[in-house]
Amino acid sequence: MSTQESGNSSSHARRSDEATAEVTEEVSSDVQDRVAKLNDDVDALLDEIDGVLEENAEEFVKSYVQKGGQ
Amino acid sequence: MSGRLVGIETEYGIAVPGMPQANPMTLASQIVTAYAATLRGDGRRSRWDFEEENPLRDARGYELRAAQTDHGDGEEFGMANALLPNGARFYVDHAHPEYSTPEVLGARAATLWDKAGERILERSAQLAHRAGAPQINLYKNNVDGKGASYGTHENYLMPRATPFSDIVRYLTTFLVSRIVVTGAGRVGLGSDGRGHGYQISQRADYMEVEVGLETTLRRPIINTRDEPHADAARYRRLHVIIGDANLAEFSTFLKVGSTSLILDMIEAGALTDDLALDNPVAALRSISHDPSLVLRVTLRDGRVMGAVDLQRMYHSAASAFVNSGRASNPEAPEVIRLWGEVLDDLERDPMLLTDRLDWVAKLAILDAYRERDALAWSSPRLAAIDLQYADVRQDKGLYNRLAAAGRIRRLVDDDEVSDAISLPPDDTRAYFRGRCIARFPEQITAASWDSVVFDVGGPNLIRVPTGDPFRGTREHVGGLLDAATSAGDLVEALGSAT
Repeated sequence: MSTQESGNSSSHARRSDEATAEVTEEVSSDVQDRVAKLNDDVDALLDEIDGVLEENAEEFVKSYVQKGGQ
Repeated sequence: MSGRLVGIETEYGIAVPGMPQANPMTLASQIVTAYAATLRGDGRRSRWDFEEENPLRDARGYELRAAQTDHGDGEEFGMANALLPNGARFYVDHAHPEYSTPEVLGARAATLWDKAGERILERSAQLAHRAGAPQINLYKNNVDGKGASYGTHENYLMPRATPFSDIVRYLTTFLVSRIVVTGAGRVGLGSDGRGHGYQISQRADYMEVEVGLETTLRRPIINTRDEPHADAARYRRLHVIIGDANLAEFSTFLKVGSTSLILDMIEAGALTDDLALDNPVAALRSISHDPSLVLRVTLRDGRVMGAVDLQRMYHSAASAFVNSGRASNPEAPEVIRLWGEVLDDLERDPMLLTDRLDWVAKLAILDAYRERDALAWSSPRLAAIDLQYADVRQDKGLYNRLAAAGRIRRLVDDDEVSDAISLPPDDTRAYFRGRCIARFPEQITAASWDSVVFDVGGPNLIRVPTGDPFRGTREHVGGLLDAATSAGDLVEALGSAT
């Protein structure tokens, strides 16, 4: 981020606010891009998981009972 | 030194789908016995040597009477108990198969031998089935969703000289806040699992007190068990029971690595701000119940901070400690770098950690299902996904499917994991123990963390003590082990070497 020296303090403040807003936007769109990439092809992943998930979820979960351990 | 001497013990969930009435102790025994049978030519198994164990000794300076605690050690019931050629212990504890890694140096080695444990559990189920047991499912998790919890315990070797009160004072808030890095995620709220929603940590709802000796009820954030399995005048083994079972290697590495760094600083007297919480147990639960990471907790001195903020404080202190040249831990720079990146991303958007942390990876799958199929948190499908995330089978476990698809960043590779199934670390006493088991399984009648007992055919058994966790390494005994053609040879050579 660059800061411009200026004799006019209010326009400097405005320009630096804009610069900050721009950087914040860049950062948040970077974040959005990264999140989107991580979720890439999530449909294919869900299809695969559908294929391996235990069939009767309710029974599966209900019958999973453990003794307490440490 | 290559990092702190550490170990991880994991109690695995165990079930036969469609047979909820099956006896878990029997199933767990079948699992351990099936694997152990592959290790001994004569079909018998080595006994665990309990002589030196004292789990009822409390670090605060007294011993609990056995009747006051619920401590079952399984051996009394003839439960299976195996020592493995990689130096690990594999046994039945409280109706769960439990795998304790060998003693290793550093977080990376801990991650590696812990991951090897998953493969051992997977293989055990296959072997048990082949030997006539039903198809037994194994889960690397900590809750059944109905009130039971079982543990994944970290063990850190520390100098006895560090006052236990310093550990309590400076570690508590760290252990509470670290769940944003180490949490494994859980569908369901409350210890009875009746609440609908998602939380960051599996174990949070089961910690009830700040400090205590017990592990099966009134579980404490800081456990006072004082059983070093080493010279008690020199060492302490800090037994941490609050952690979740992790599959993601970043989660495990940072869990052990960052905690090791905090302990380094406690030992050096380098922490000055204890960040004491007003109510640590309540804070732990609140933090866990807020996956958005917005919630802030109150410190005793009035400050109000979020968990990520708290972790930031620890991270800054650790960075300064390393930069000041006071840190001797060679893993410290990598831990600090990866931990810092994780905190940066948690601050930007927690979902950025989908490729590194268990609770986020799991949440990403759950959110995708909620969206695609319009599911509420009360849906059993989501609870099923939570459970199956931790299935140890590489073709069925959801974490494993993510890893196979390259969607999770790894820190160790499959070749190393494969080696760690059968080979011990080179640099702790686990080397001696593991190699003895590998080379002379029929001549070892019993072993423990601090001994190996041989039957070399004479009138007496020979107990070789391994009380020093740092002796019995490849450097010390590798040559002797390689040269010995029998257990008798080895025992003789050890006798003349000392």
